[in-house]
Parts: sequence; C-alpha cells; structure tokens
Amino acid sequence: MNSRSRAHSFKSAVNSNKETELNTQSLIFELGSTEKSGVDIENCEFSSNLIGESLRNKKIGLPGLSEPEAIRYFVNLSKKNYSIDEGIYPLGSCTMKHNPRLNEKLARLDGFANLHPLQPVNTIQGVLELMFELSKNLLEITGMEAVALSPAAGAQGELCGILAIKQALENKRENRSKILVPDSAHGTNPSTAALCGYEIESVPSNPSGRINLDILIEKLNDKVAALMLTNPNTCGLFENDILKIAEEVHKRGAYLYCDGANFNAIVGKVKPSSLGIDAMHLNLHKTFSTPHGGGGPGSGPVVVSKQLSSFLPVPMIKKINDKFEIIENENKNTNSFGRLKAFHGQVGMFIRAYSYILSHGSDGLKQVAEDAVLNANYIQSKLKEHLTVKYPGFCMHEVLFDDQFLKGTEVSTLDFAKAMIDKGIHPMTIYFPLIASGAMLTEPTETESKKDLDNFCEKIIDLAKKAKEGNRNLFSSSPTKAVLGRLNETAAARDLILTYSE
Amino acid sequence: MKQIKFTKEHEWVKLDNEHVYVGITDFAQKQLGDVVFIQLPDIGLDFKIGEEVAVIESVKAASEIYAPVSGRIIEVNEILNDSPDIINSDAEENGWIWKMAISDFSQLDNLMDKSEYSSFVSEN
Amino acid sequence: MRYLPHTNKIRQEMFEEIGIKNIDELFVDIPKGSLLGEEVGIPKHKSELEVENILKNISKKNISVSSALNFIGAGAYYHHVPAAVDHIIQRSEFLTSYTPYQPEISQGTLQYLFEFQTQISLLTGMEVSNASMYDGASACAEAVLMAQRVNKRKKVIYSGYLHPHYIETSKTYTKYSGVKNIFLPLNTNSKSEDFIDHIDEDVCCIIVQNPDFLGNIKNFNDLSEHCKKFGVLLIVVVTEILSLGVVNSPGSIGADIVVGEAQSIGNNLNFGGPYLGFFSTRKKFVRQMPGRIVGQTSDVNGNRGFVLTLSTREQHIRRDKATSNICTNSGLCSLAFTIHMSLLGEEGLRRLSKLNHIKAVNLSQKIKDIDGVSLVNKNFFNEFTISLPKSATSIIDSLIDKNILAGVPLTRFYPNREDLKNYLIIAVTEMIDDQQMDNFIAALRGELI
Repeated sequence: MNSRSRAHSFKSAVNSNKETELNTQSLIFELGSTEKSGVDIENCEFSSNLIGESLRNKKIGLPGLSEPEAIRYFVNLSKKNYSIDEGIYPLGSCTMKHNPRLNEKLARLDGFANLHPLQPVNTIQGVLELMFELSKNLLEITGMEAVALSPAAGAQGELCGILAIKQALENKRENRSKILVPDSAHGTNPSTAALCGYEIESVPSNPSGRINLDILIEKLNDKVAALMLTNPNTCGLFENDILKIAEEVHKRGAYLYCDGANFNAIVGKVKPSSLGIDAMHLNLHKTFSTPHGGGGPGSGPVVVSKQLSSFLPVPMIKKINDKFEIIENENKNTNSFGRLKAFHGQVGMFIRAYSYILSHGSDGLKQVAEDAVLNANYIQSKLKEHLTVKYPGFCMHEVLFDDQFLKGTEVSTLDFAKAMIDKGIHPMTIYFPLIASGAMLTEPTETESKKDLDNFCEKIIDLAKKAKEGNRNLFSSSPTKAVLGRLNETAAARDLILTYSE
Repeated sequence: MKQIKFTKEHEWVKLDNEHVYVGITDFAQKQLGDVVFIQLPDIGLDFKIGEEVAVIESVKAASEIYAPVSGRIIEVNEILNDSPDIINSDAEENGWIWKMAISDFSQLDNLMDKSEYSSFVSEN
Repeated sequence: MRYLPHTNKIRQEMFEEIGIKNIDELFVDIPKGSLLGEEVGIPKHKSELEVENILKNISKKNISVSSALNFIGAGAYYHHVPAAVDHIIQRSEFLTSYTPYQPEISQGTLQYLFEFQTQISLLTGMEVSNASMYDGASACAEAVLMAQRVNKRKKVIYSGYLHPHYIETSKTYTKYSGVKNIFLPLNTNSKSEDFIDHIDEDVCCIIVQNPDFLGNIKNFNDLSEHCKKFGVLLIVVVTEILSLGVVNSPGSIGADIVVGEAQSIGNNLNFGGPYLGFFSTRKKFVRQMPGRIVGQTSDVNGNRGFVLTLSTREQHIRRDKATSNICTNSGLCSLAFTIHMSLLGEEGLRRLSKLNHIKAVNLSQKIKDIDGVSLVNKNFFNEFTISLPKSATSIIDSLIDKNILAGVPLTRFYPNREDLKNYLIIAVTEMIDDQQMDNFIAALRGELI
C-alpha cells in the first residue's frame, strides 16, 4: 500500500465560511440511516448459526453513509481543525513539529502494516530486525543500557520506569514509600507514582525555575524511592544542577527518573546517561515526530541504566545466532515486572521513528536540537519587551511567559489565547506549568522557518499592544473568526451529553 | 442567632443545636468559578479533623473539602447533585454541603469568627 | 537536511537577534562534560530514497498476511479496510493536530470523538464511553482499577478464558492497588466456569471475555444476576468488536463495564499496534472512568459544539488523585474506526459479521471431518479452537512452507502447559475465500497423514 499524496486546500479551521459550517453541522446520526451502507457486502443468510442463544435480537441503531457522503462529511469535518500543516502550533511541552510524509508511506508498506503480532517468528524477521535496530539507535542516542519498546505512550513509559524502579527496590528488599516530584511537573508524574502505590511529595522550584536543591536534599531520605524530574524542565530550562541532583539522589539510595518529554531539546547533543539518569521515557510522538493524530496514538519506549535493565517488561527482542526472537512470556526466573499491553508495542510508530532517525542521522538530530533551541530563543528575544518572560536568560526549546504583562488590562491568558485564534494561529500551552501565573508555554520547534517565526511574533506583539491599549472587548469576545465562538464548558460538565440521542 | 465559624481552608461551620452544617465560603466559591459537581460523603461515616470529606469541582479544578471538626455525617445536601450552581449563588446558606453530629463543641473554639476570617482573607 | 528550514545564513541572522556568536552559548546550562564534542554514533543523514530502500528491504523479510493465507486471530484480526478510511485519516487536519484543548479550532476532532463514543456505546449496549484507550489489554486493566474505585472491594476474579495478555496487563496495573487477584484456570473442556463458588461480598469485580479466548460465545445471564445480588461488578471484555454485529450486547445482559479492542474496524494489524482500546460503562460511574471524554455543549451564539469534559478526573488537573495516568490515547485509530463504522452502518456491520460467522462455521465443519481433529467450541463467532493429533506448533511451522499462517498454538501463551500443546486457535474473516479454505483443509490433511 502506498500513501497517496493528496492535493487539498489547507483551508484553515479559522476561516471556514458559514455556508460549509451549516452543511457540516449535522452528525452521522442525523445524516445517515441504518439501512444505508458505503460497503458492499453480500447478504448471506444463516442456514444454521452457531451463535446460540446469544444471537443479537435487538437493533443497534448505527447509521451508515454511502462513500461519497462519508468522504464529504469527514472532509468538511476536518476543516474544523487546525493543524501543524497549516501553521505554527506552538504548544509548549507538546512538540508539534512537522511529520515527514515518508514515514507515513513506509509504515503502510505491506510488509509492515499487514503483519499479525502472533505470526511465527520466522515469518517476521524483518520487523523484529527493525525493532532491534531502533532499540540500538535509541540506546546509542541516549547512552543508556537497555530499552523497553512496548510502552504505548509517555504516561505508560513513566509507569514502566517507576515499576522497574519499584521492582529493583523490592529485589534489594528495600521498602521505600515516597516519590519526589517538582511542583512544575507534568500531571502524569504524580499520577503514575500514585498508580504504583507511592506517596507523592512535591519539591518547590527555586526563583530561577529549577528544582530547589536545598529542599530536595532535605526531603531525600531512605523512604524516597525516586525523584521524577523533567529535563529540560516544563519551564523550558535545563536543570543545571543535574549532576549534583543525581549524586544526592543516588547517595540516598534512590533512583533518578527522567520524564523525557522534552528530550527534543538535547537529542544528539547530550546523552542522558552522562547526566546520572537511571530511567527515562522517550515520546516517539514528540522527539521523533510520529504524528499526534488529534491526541494519539503515541509511543513511549523507556531506556534504563544497567542496574534496572533486568526489571524491564516483556516483550523483549533478542538476537540469538543471527535470528531475532521475541521473549514474550513472563519467566519466573527473570526479574521482569510483567507486561504493559497486549502484543509488542506501537510498532507502526517504531517504523516512523526509525525512518525519522535514519533520515536525520547523527548530524541531523544534533541540528534538530540546536534549531529547536535557537527558534525558542529567537521568539523569546523578539517578544521579551512585549510579554513577560517568567525566567529571564536563555531558554531551551520552549519559552515560558507569564501574565504580568496583562496586569491591569483585564485581559486574561485565556482571552489572549482566544484572540490568537482570530489571528489565525494556534495558541501556546496555557496555564501550565502551574508555577507561573497565567502561564503561556511556547514551543515553536525546529521545523518553523524564520519567516513563520517573524510572522508569529508580529501577531503576538500586535495583540500585546492591543491588550495594553485597553482594547478589552476584542479579547473577551474572541474568537469570532473560528468555526464556533467560545464554548460553554460549564454547561457541558453540569448537564452531561456524552452520546448522541434524538 | 446561630454561631458561625470559619477555617483557613475557606470552609464555614454553623452550629445548630447539637449539629453543625458545613459549607465553603463565598470567597472560596469565587476562587473556584462555576461549580459543576460536588462529591458528597456517605451518611453515617465518621471523620476526624482534617480528613477529606467531599470534593468540589469546577471545569478546570477540583478541591478537596476537609472536615473542619470531628464528627459523624448525618445528612448531606442532596439538592447539590442536581443544582451544584447553588454553591455559586448561595454558598453560605442554601449551599451547605453536609450536616455533622459532633460531641466535642470545644473544637469550634479554635476556628475563626467572621471578622477574623475577613481579615485572614484580605491578608492572603 | 530536508526537514529543517534554516540555512546557515539565516541561523547567523538569528544568532545576531539573540546576541550570541555560536549555538552552544544557548546550551550553557548543560554540564561541560555532558555536552557531546562529537556526533552520536549513528550514520549521517540519508536521502528519502535511501531511507525508503532500506525500509522496503527490511519489510520484504516479512511474510505479510496479505501475501499468505491467514488464520491467526487471538485478539487481533485481519479485516478489509475501505480505501476511504486511510485517505481521510491522512488528511493534515486530522493527522497533524493535537489533543483538542482549544475547542473552537478542534471541532473536527471533537465531533468525531463524540460520534465514536456514541458508536461504541450503541455496540456495547452501555450508556457512556470514553474517547479511547491504548488497547484492549490496558483498557481491561483500567476497568479493574475503576471497579475498585466504585465499590472499594478487594477481590478480583479473572476468567481463565480471558486473553492471557489482558490478564498479565491487569496483573501489572493492579500490583500496588491493594487487590487480591484470583485467576481461574483455562480448560479445554466446554464446562462453564464456576464463578458462583467464588462470589461473596468481598468480591470487587469479575472479568469475563465474550467471545472468549478460545472463541466460545457464552451466556452470562446467570452470572450477571448473581453479581447484582452480591454487589459485584461484571466487566465484559470483547477482543473482536465485529462480533457485536451478531452477538447480544454485554449491556443487554447487565454488564457494568465493557472494554476491549476495536482494531478490527478501520485499523490495520500493524504487528500489534497502535490499536484501539475502548471503554464503556453506566452513566452513574462516569466520574470514575479513565481517559478523555467529549461532551456536547453550545457556543456563545447558541450553536452546537463539543468540548473535552469531566477533565477533573484526569492527570493534568487531578495529578496524584486522577482516575488514570493516561494522557495520549488512540485518537487517530478511533477516527479510522468511526469512518469505517459510518461506511458500514448497521446493515453493513450485520452483513460483515454474518459473513465472518458463516465462513468460520464452514471451516469448522470441514476441519471437524479430518480424522483425529476435534472442535472445542459449541458456540463461536469467527474464531474457534481445535485439538489436533499432534503438536500444534509443529503443524503451523510446516504449513508456513505452504504459505499458510494456520493459527495460534495455545502453547504460545502457555508454554508450560503440556496438556495444551495440541490445541490451535483458528480465526476466519471475510479475507478468506472458499478456494483458500479448501487449500487450507488439504494442507492440514497432508500434515496429519
């Protein structure tokens, strides 16, 4: 199967006109009918069926559409979305970069897309080779000792890392009950730690946006299993005390887990192994550019140090006498903590990520990190007089603004973001991290050209000026040029309508 | 007049014979924004001071409400299940959340009165 | 480098704007010894053509299900996906958008998720559904954790006929949740499992699969009644969602949570992932549900629109008290499902389900006629289990030479169960025609002479 290159107009969700809107407002449930189908399938009657007494006796109520109706419906629906292919999508911490179409094409090769996960291993030597080679590449890039490819996304990667740490501690018969998490952390960190039965203790940040080392040291004791640290952190800053942090964590017998969501800032420039990290997940859908697809799928392989390597989950790919094997059953003789999902991981994402790594190579990956950091600093430099930078100084791949510049304007961060929509650009991440008031976390990524960055900055500066000029209504009424105006989220939560009903 | 006391967690406690009513303050509801849901405690459960009794949710935040005094839940404000917005419109009267039987009334002495709470709010 | 827009001249201009002389001034916070002096030890960048050739060559070392006769199922199924599905999911607006955090410019994603939730709810016969999970196994594990939140009980009973990967995944997720997991054994006799003996008021939930791991369709009416009596939650797992076209919905027999794998509709096999976990339940439990949920509302002008709702359950707001740590889900896979399901409609779905079942019945009857082979199942959908006069692994290994992927030997999952070594799970879908079926039968006969 080949990916088809399509010519379609990138008509922005922002500028969609009212007429199309009326046409596409309906749901499939309002357009289709249960008698209609866009797939021709012979209507076989059961001569005798072996379903037994569970044979379905009620209608389901699923409407169908013919193919032209379905295509038109979904194409019109798609126009109500903003996408990275249309313009800058500067969501901090999310890494919306260009998704190379080669990767899509290769993931759809018949010899990859049409493989069943339970085929005998001698019929799937190619895909196992790819997984093996991807593993080798990820280990070389991170300098770590072992990798588990199977975690389905970043949060499951965290679960994988923390379970490996817990298993390692149990193996040493150490009973540690706590995990330390900085106050700037992603919500997944404390949530994952809680899932593993840990108490969570928050460590405050210092005035420069890094973890407060003194308080960290105070909190480190023999009850602490691990510190979960994002580096570069969610303020877009590198934890410059990282070596000291690692040393202190290890001195107290704890492990250093790194949330690798921001690895794209240092890929090819720094090996996490040299920073004293024991375990780290890699979001293939961020650093290695597998598409976000409106919220997934992702893929979150975990790399670990030697001391954690034997605790990783099944399955593992091994090369034995030039043949690739899958170690997939929990063996009582190993220390593996078990299994995280069915089968072997997000293989479709592995293919795309491997293609990305081959395409970029050692030189390209380094350039990726450098350009990502360059672009963020360029934006910071252009905007620092107009917005307020939370932590002055150079940033890494993303720059954190707070809402000080809006003080007295009665314009909130939310209003500002919505006004950006009317300017035709996607807002940055807002209200995260929690430690910055009215946070605006802006991550341009390396795939934005200088022209697009300039254009972005120009629009932001214009909005900042308008806010300061007291043009409050412009903000509170926006967006006005999007498909819909502001949506009533309170009503949605109070009167839950979660499925269609007539 | 019924005695009303306040906590640093922005709850109010109103004494009514041998029972107390508990709710969140008007200041707290303004901070939360539109309340969309309140997770009420089960009747008959005992709570000690500081234990989590209920959760109050807006669209983008969830706040735990802790027991301001120790006691047993004897009634909850069921109306809040269908009309959580009462918290926004009438936090300190009809927006009560639970009714508690308490044995030790001296617990109330440690809480703030109206004017103490007002200055606590303005200081913070 | 084709993916990076800057020329060196542009980079210089940007350096000047920032006020630096070289790029490493921006990496000043990184410890000196950690900043690499040289590039990492992988080859330099490659052209599109080079990369394409490398991956094509690797892919050719595999035998795809499309180039063989495939009878492998066991939790992942080879079905036909209409061309329109892949065309639409590759549209930029769907493929390259993020989680719909800004609803005004994400109505495309939000609306199809709302339709997806509705389609799943209708199929499972439940009131609400979330916007997807990673896969069926992790959805199952999350269902167990949710059941614990609902009734706060401590004992969990797993049917022995639940997919082994689902059991193992649930074991991992519940390791530290404070439950006692009870695993009933897998047997190949058709006797129904004795859940009733295990049920008491300490039991949190029971997890059953329908059709089960061996392909059996079971009737859980009595079990459901019994669960109700003791306040035990009944979790029904469906690994082949297509079965719901002809099998009664789990909701209709009183299931409390229905989870499973929806890969069969709209999604390729992809060697096991990404797949599409679904999760549905009763409305009264919705606040205990994991994952994203889309709800209907209106905008300032009164137009209907959709938003992410009940977010206070989720990790980005509730942190350590969230119902799950899940963030990224299977968005694009749920779009593929929704498109395919919209194309099928009820009529298409029923026809496709019936076709699968009829083919499976045909094959099972032909296989039964082979000397020494017997069928384990009484009722099944598109998958059944047979017992062979010799080791199933040896048979599938030799059938590969005839380009036949004959099924999954039970010992692949239970390597230490000597008693299971002659059992083979066989799935049949619309992808197999009558001639191919006959070829398979002839080849199988050949192996057993």
